[in-house]
Amino acid sequence: MTPMVNGKEVTVGPPLWLLAEITYACPLHCVFCYNPVDYTQHGPELTTQEWIKVLRDARAAGSVQCGFSGGEPLVRDDLEELVAEAHKLGFYTNLLTSGIGFTAERAKALKAAGLDHVQLSFQDSTRELNDFLSHTKTFALKQKAAQLIQENGWPMVLNCVIHRLNIDYIEKIIELAVDLGAEYLELANSQYYSWAQLNRDGLMPSREQLERAERVTNEYREKLGDKLRIFFVVPDYYETRPKKCMNGWGNIFLTITPDGSALPCHTAKMIKQLEFPNVKNMSVKDIWYESEAFNKYRGDAWMKEPCRSCDEKEKDLGGCRCQALMLTGDASNADPVCDKSEHHQVVLDAVSYAQIPDAKRIEVKPLVFRDPINSRKLSTQS
Amino acid sequence: MFRLQWEEVQQAWVLLYPEGMVKLNGSAGEIIKRLDGKKNVLALIAELEKDFDATGLQSDVLAFLEIASKQGWVKA
Repeated sequence: MTPMVNGKEVTVGPPLWLLAEITYACPLHCVFCYNPVDYTQHGPELTTQEWIKVLRDARAAGSVQCGFSGGEPLVRDDLEELVAEAHKLGFYTNLLTSGIGFTAERAKALKAAGLDHVQLSFQDSTRELNDFLSHTKTFALKQKAAQLIQENGWPMVLNCVIHRLNIDYIEKIIELAVDLGAEYLELANSQYYSWAQLNRDGLMPSREQLERAERVTNEYREKLGDKLRIFFVVPDYYETRPKKCMNGWGNIFLTITPDGSALPCHTAKMIKQLEFPNVKNMSVKDIWYESEAFNKYRGDAWMKEPCRSCDEKEKDLGGCRCQALMLTGDASNADPVCDKSEHHQVVLDAVSYAQIPDAKRIEVKPLVFRDPINSRKLSTQS
Repeated sequence: MFRLQWEEVQQAWVLLYPEGMVKLNGSAGEIIKRLDGKKNVLALIAELEKDFDATGLQSDVLAFLEIASKQGWVKA
């Protein structure tokens, strides 16, 4: 399809990736959570029937991968019903879970519903750190979840968010993944959005930590070969060119939030200047091809300098709109990770602060845990 | 791990795997959809040459199968 965007025709493919964030409820309180800080202020969750309509609509529009996420998707007891519908429609179904609430009965029911894959997230491999970082006693539960994944014959993909407090234990995390029989391990450095942005100073590793972690990861890659594939994602603050965020705004990725808002990425709602459509009053197809919010940053006509005349603009599309907004105050600016951005200094400042050892920091801000009380408090401040 | 299916909207055969997709071009789709775990490579080539009224497809088919096997899409 070729909708008109800023007076120009832009070729747009289908929304191949549907991320269904079915609830913001979560038993964990992770300090790096990407759910919006004001998540307690959002509207009521879509009903089962409303989600089923979203799945049908999205599939008809060409969505093929479906991720059930949250919050913790297992909090909803209609997850099995939604997975069954998605499976029937021909989606490849993925469950993104912390493993809490993942019992033998539910695993069996999800398998019967046609669930194709479970991605289990681990906060860390040591019990103490894990409990600290997730603020609940969950470690034993995750081991049990990993076992259920294996028993049900799902491919095992582990995800561990890496940051300043656990990056020095990376070998333990990798060894844990091996012990659990994981086939893929994603070691993704925390990206600084939402709660992680609030906690950025406490979460960003130093260059030395990062280099060590990459070295250790490479050693394990050599040792383990195909047995365990490890992906290591560095924090983009350490780069000089921005990431091609979501592979382009409104390009393949569609998030539906618990209240039915449709977003081109899971954090886009922070761009308050845009009015994001809701599946309750617009079809997925119209949202994707016709809505103003989805067309806003398609193509390159929206770009300002230095992106507009940049010979690399096709490569990164100016980076991340949310990051541009958070760090420069304008979502249409170049992502300041780019060293061509006039705002690049804010990124350099954050990186340089990350080099100061904790013990030498004058004022250490306490980590803000993601929970309803903090959310309400922070919502009234903004 | 990989699931093969026809996608009407994309007008293509795709391979789906955890959180990802490979979109096959026309020839790759025609080859891979004919794999049934029973027929051997020579029979596959013969079938393709007959269906497309063509000859000399062997090297292309073998080249694709080598890639597909390396990627884990098909098993020997």
